[in-house]
Amino acid sequence: MLTLNINGKTFITDAEADTPLLWVLRGELHLPGTKFGCGKALCGACTVHLNGVAVRSCVTPVAAAAGHEVTTIEGLDDAVAQALRRAWTEIDVVQCGYCQSGQLMSASALLKANPQPSDADIDAAMSGNLCRCGTYPRIRAAIHLAAKGR
Amino acid sequence: MAQFKRRHFIIGTVAAAGALGVGWLAAPPRQRLVGKKPLGVSPGQAALNGWVKVGSDNTVTVMMSQAEMGQGAHTGLAMVLADEMDAAWESVRLEQAPIDGIYNNQAAVVDALPFEPGDNGLLKRGSEHVLRRLLREVPGLAETGGSSSIKDQWLPLRQAGASARLMLVAAAAKAWSVQSSECTTESGTVRHPSGKSATYGELAADAAEQPLPKDPPLKAPAQFRLIGTGLRRLDNLAKITGTAAFAIDAAPPGLVYASIRMCPTVGGKVASFNAAQALAMRGVSKVMTVDPVSGSLAATGNISGGVAVIADTPWRAMRALEAVKIEWDHGPAANLSTSSLFAAISSALDTQEGSTNLKKGDVAKALKDAAKTVKAEYRVPLLAHATMEPMNCTVQFANGAATVWAATQAAGVACDAVAKALGINAAKVDIRVPFLGGGFGRRYLSDCIVQAAHLAKATGGAPVQLIWSREEDMTHDFYRPAYIGRSEAGFDSAGKLIAWQLTSAGSNMGAPGFLGASSEGASNTPYRVPNIKIAHLAVESPLAVGIWRSVANSENAFFIESFMDELAVSAGVDPIAWRADLLAHDPRALRVLSRVAALSGWGTPLAAPDGTRRARGVAFHRCFGSTVAQVAEVSVNAAQEIRVHRVTCVIDCGVAVNPNLIRQQLEGGMIFGLSAALRGRITIEKGQVQQSNFHDYTPLRMSECPEIHTEIIADGTTPGGVGETGTPPIAPAVANAVFALTGQRLRELPLKLA
Ligand code: FES
Ligand code: FES
Repeated sequence: MLTLNINGKTFITDAEADTPLLWVLRGELHLPGTKFGCGKALCGACTVHLNGVAVRSCVTPVAAAAGHEVTTIEGLDDAVAQALRRAWTEIDVVQCGYCQSGQLMSASALLKANPQPSDADIDAAMSGNLCRCGTYPRIRAAIHLAAKGR
Repeated sequence: MAQFKRRHFIIGTVAAAGALGVGWLAAPPRQRLVGKKPLGVSPGQAALNGWVKVGSDNTVTVMMSQAEMGQGAHTGLAMVLADEMDAAWESVRLEQAPIDGIYNNQAAVVDALPFEPGDNGLLKRGSEHVLRRLLREVPGLAETGGSSSIKDQWLPLRQAGASARLMLVAAAAKAWSVQSSECTTESGTVRHPSGKSATYGELAADAAEQPLPKDPPLKAPAQFRLIGTGLRRLDNLAKITGTAAFAIDAAPPGLVYASIRMCPTVGGKVASFNAAQALAMRGVSKVMTVDPVSGSLAATGNISGGVAVIADTPWRAMRALEAVKIEWDHGPAANLSTSSLFAAISSALDTQEGSTNLKKGDVAKALKDAAKTVKAEYRVPLLAHATMEPMNCTVQFANGAATVWAATQAAGVACDAVAKALGINAAKVDIRVPFLGGGFGRRYLSDCIVQAAHLAKATGGAPVQLIWSREEDMTHDFYRPAYIGRSEAGFDSAGKLIAWQLTSAGSNMGAPGFLGASSEGASNTPYRVPNIKIAHLAVESPLAVGIWRSVANSENAFFIESFMDELAVSAGVDPIAWRADLLAHDPRALRVLSRVAALSGWGTPLAAPDGTRRARGVAFHRCFGSTVAQVAEVSVNAAQEIRVHRVTCVIDCGVAVNPNLIRQQLEGGMIFGLSAALRGRITIEKGQVQQSNFHDYTPLRMSECPEIHTEIIADGTTPGGVGETGTPPIAPAVANAVFALTGQRLRELPLKLA
């Protein structure tokens, strides 16, 4: 049995220790906002925060998350997140939306570490998050807008 | 994107039309206002026609037959109805439409009729009429594709909105004993000059009792309040809070999960398997084979058969699958390779002519008489769709009925496929279409849905969710086929272009050659040359192939726009001036070209901030009823890598329902096309796809994304398509810019400098 702290709540899971956190979130804890895209840390759709740091939950064994603070898109609700969501809406970033949980998790980790990122900072922080719909120009603009608006 | 289904449909329907008799044919197409069955309503709701329900809480619920896969159709379509109805935008809700002929996508079919642009002859009008008539008779063709959602529902939704508005006004007029004509409407309220007013919610129940206005007057464009404005997307909130429901998020009670491994050789199947170890693993309930599944009318070839493991969690299913020992029957494609595929296409082109889809004058003679000829061959590779949401489907089969949660662009077709797999009537299939995590044509096909239906027979009535791994998704796609295009042109002694021919070769994706589907974007070219011949030669292989965003336009735009650039260079004419000369008869094309020239700074010196050399390239294309031109600005680094810095795009799409979302689609379409142009390539060795995940089939990243500027021209009366139109011109625009910069003519995608 592992004890997880997710979005400030405690969950107990009997999942095997090597189960990727992603599948525990989605398949057992019914937190489907974190998405499966590649399973190999190649796309960023599954990004969550582990103690505030953006990680790919598809390659994070659930045992490694036990005892740490996990935040998923469902629990992302601080001032930075609100600024990002306002900007995302103002700029109409989303298309299919499937990558967007991961995009927002990465963007929020970026803005927390670097409140006024340059384009190069955004490239570095966001280039691991693929978007097949091509929302990149709007993500960039929305991150700048959120940074300005805070 | 439904080229093939559409075109197949044409044959079937025209044949069927004969059977229905002359009287039936002569009648006008039936109305699209009310369906066969009245809409279901919840307490307090009243249906005013087949498209809209009004609740006593003032909500206006628009019936949505189109899938939302990112293209913004939900928002745009709702705007069209809400505008005519004068509904309050905040009160608009959406509900999945039932399966009924009124929602059938007529535009997707009629647009694909193999007629030349400008042809408005009797045969064309007659065929259109027959198709529109027929399309109202069969249910289940409310497909989402061919960039046609807005185009198709533009009139029906406006009529539905206007008709509902008149019923609400009539109810108010009756209650107030005044004339309807004295009442006005705005933002969900009917008002009378006497000061009386009532909300749509208050009037809904009475309005439903009013006679149905069948041919309501529609607003003049100047009266639009929502159409033409950049309203924000309706799905924003759900998609930024992680609450948007995708098919993969379906979680009915008792859900079990399935993972599948398909034969790595395309079209192969399972010879035998040993599941002893897997069955002993925790949570595993079943290990079974799944037969190969064919595509539908929009594709050809089979998705391989495989072995599926069913378990209580997704991870246990995946892990147990690795423990299954499988022997494969590799089937007929065991020796297929990309090079054998191209060799077959190339040698077919050496000896055969294919079917001619456009012919003007006598190209052979003109080429013989020409003072100078130019020839070139171009190649485009196989491409995967790689939707961000991998293929998945959830099916529950209990008591002879099925519930399906599926990301599909063709719900009616999927419904029929499930019914067939389960041996039940399609009426017993309840299909729920959540948000699609990308479609791009891949989700026209029901292969994964059929697999899930088969698995659902083995779970004792429990719902089962089949999730493909990214590796399975990448290696078992209905790929955009590989094509070769050969062009030849002739100039007379005065340097005037007198002849042009293009023969493309590759898969017809199951469509009969005479329909010319694979020449879309070529046989309807607006370029005017005295002698033209456009032909396509079908060369098939065992590989599963299907439609991919913009379908045949994706290769034909590359073939044509690259060649046009070569001709301009050969003639010593500026590439935009060259095109304008061949389009002199076409004011819309000319305007798009001149705007893209002005906006991109065409002809002005280019200076990169860091002093590196850059150059521009242009491409022009007309598809799905819209006209697009793009200018790309590129540089090449020391490692010979191409970098696209800036793209300027101008579209004339007739009517712009939501300019903001049109820009969004153009950006998305261009980035999608750029991913393919710069590195998209699926290769095959020994019948097996070599790419498996995003490390070797990598869409463009944020850091590689160009700055994009778009301009919309929209002073027409009917909307053109948008969702796919950004994709076709980008590859040739970049290739032409690379030529301008380096002098290297890249005739093969993905673009790679020597
Ligand atoms: S699913 Fe984890 S990075 Fe793609
Ligand atoms: S919005 Fe569709 S993948 Fe990013």
